[in-house]
Amino acid sequence: MRTQFAIARAYVTSRPRQTLVSVLGVMMGVGFYVGISALMQGFQEDFVRRIVDISPHVIIRDEFRLAPIQPVADRNPASTVEIRGVKPRDEPRGIRSADAILEALAREPGMAIAPTLLGQAFLRYGGKDTAVNLLGVEPEKERRVSSLERDLIDGKLDDLAENANGIIVGIGIAKKTGLVRGSNVSVVSGYGVTLQMKVVGIFETGIVSLDDAQAYVHLKKNQVLQRRTDVVNQIRIRLTDIDRADEVARTIEARHAYKTESWRESNQNIFGIFVIQNGIMYSTVGAILVVSGFGIYNIVSTVVNEKRHDVAILKSIGFSETDIRRIFLMQGLIVGIIGTALGWLLGFLLIQLLASIRFDIQGMIRTQGFVLNRSILSYAVAGGIAIAVSALAAYLPARKAAALNPVDVIRGGA
Amino acid sequence: MDGHMPPRVREPIVSLDGVTRILTDGPAPVTLVADIAMEVFPGEVVAVTGPSGSGKSSLIYLIGLLDEPTRGRIVLDGRDATRASRSEREIMRLEKIGFVFQFHFLLPEFSATDNIMLPMRKLGRLGEMAMRARAAELLGQFGLGAAGHKRPHQLSGGERQRVAIARALANDPLLVIADEPTGNLDSRNSAIVFDMFRRLTREQGKAVIVVTHDLDLARTVDRQIRLVDGRVVDGGLATA
Repeated sequence: MRTQFAIARAYVTSRPRQTLVSVLGVMMGVGFYVGISALMQGFQEDFVRRIVDISPHVIIRDEFRLAPIQPVADRNPASTVEIRGVKPRDEPRGIRSADAILEALAREPGMAIAPTLLGQAFLRYGGKDTAVNLLGVEPEKERRVSSLERDLIDGKLDDLAENANGIIVGIGIAKKTGLVRGSNVSVVSGYGVTLQMKVVGIFETGIVSLDDAQAYVHLKKNQVLQRRTDVVNQIRIRLTDIDRADEVARTIEARHAYKTESWRESNQNIFGIFVIQNGIMYSTVGAILVVSGFGIYNIVSTVVNEKRHDVAILKSIGFSETDIRRIFLMQGLIVGIIGTALGWLLGFLLIQLLASIRFDIQGMIRTQGFVLNRSILSYAVAGGIAIAVSALAAYLPARKAAALNPVDVIRGGA
Repeated sequence: MDGHMPPRVREPIVSLDGVTRILTDGPAPVTLVADIAMEVFPGEVVAVTGPSGSGKSSLIYLIGLLDEPTRGRIVLDGRDATRASRSEREIMRLEKIGFVFQFHFLLPEFSATDNIMLPMRKLGRLGEMAMRARAAELLGQFGLGAAGHKRPHQLSGGERQRVAIARALANDPLLVIADEPTGNLDSRNSAIVFDMFRRLTREQGKAVIVVTHDLDLARTVDRQIRLVDGRVVDGGLATA
């Protein structure tokens, strides 16, 4: 094997410029794969981490996935009955028997639960109305299902319990309206109920859609504002094992019929975007690696044509087809491995460069710089793909070299 | 002939019996050699002569196990090579045969020493130091003691061919096959090469089969085998 390697190494250096171009091709592919995947995965993982951190892992909503079946159709499932012009009963919103559900869930291990009432309201302050999603919570329970307490940059969650008219607003709302802790604000619900409330806290999650549009009041206070006494329309659940979220959601929905979403389902539109993003990224970087594979094919193929006499003499000495194939495979692999090593270095430097860039943007999340995933896995995946592409690209000309008939070559002369 | 007589009592290193090679991959079959019967003994230098296209090269590629006969039997060192598998033929070639071609076919990226070491490395019987010592010994024998580190482009034509012969001898083969080895050499270097072949047979008991157009050189060897139209017309079997 050492002999084949020595010959392969000599062939790599026999065409230095072509070899350099091939090595650079692999280096670019690997380097950009590592850099871009650190960027994309870093962003996606940060987003998921924030979602998982901030939001409940499972939410029971006061709605159903499918329209209710009419009793006549339910009673005669096999009959050919067509019901037209059905006017569904206008039932009051809210989770029925919420207390019973809460009691049943409280007995389950590994979960914390909190009843909430979500409604719409306006904050009227300084002559400006700001629409908010107003969440009525019980502070004691809320602190166990979301990160609200940790995200407070001013004030305390307990102030909601101590101050009956307390309200906690997102940093985006505070900035837009000029509200600060201690400000008095009019809260107007869609039912026309207006309450004077006092800002007792300001939170910042880093997720723009929450910071700009979410506010918290005590559950009882929101029930007054929404004119829904003793009603809750969401039960929020936090799990000790977030990977069980889908299974728990399915079980609860099967048992209680209410639409129950895991954090994955609640954010599936965003995860769908991530899939598209990843598809674009991996196909772009994959294309670079494939192009680098053509470079390797080109150089190995050229060397095979140039070294036909070497192949003939090696075969006449007693080198087997496998030996010859190995020589040219190794040539491709040497290019692939050197390119991969340089690509890792390029990827590392790209990550360092991206990490040094500072900016302040608000998109889906608020950030002051790129969040980067420095996982060794992306280095391994990029290297593995590059080396596999190199081996594949070298295999075809290597096979051709191995099949050369030495007699034909020698008869051809010099 | 120089008067040296091959030892008839010994078994031939290589013998061919009814060997025919027909190419069938063209529009019509082409017979390269037909019904060849010949023997070559240890200590013999045998010249294969004949006009162009008479099948000289085809014959030695068959003897060297680079090609397979369509019919007939080739026995090398007592073993029927026509019944051997491809990998067995590769091993026989590596251990028992050394090739020299009209063009030296040295690997240009390797030094003379490394070129000579290639067959030894492939055989894998010697350690690095022993292989280097053997390469140095061969270079010394061919008057190239100081050229071991040189690459082929730094050597003259005659020196390159001598390195190629040294490479053919690296694994101490029983049989050296040379296809027009002096075709690109001047008369002085041609004489040196033939002298080497004679020394090999006398001093080491090897057999050498050499294809040549140079009838003057051919007359200096032990035996001539003349081919015409792919058939042996003279000298195939040694006479007592």
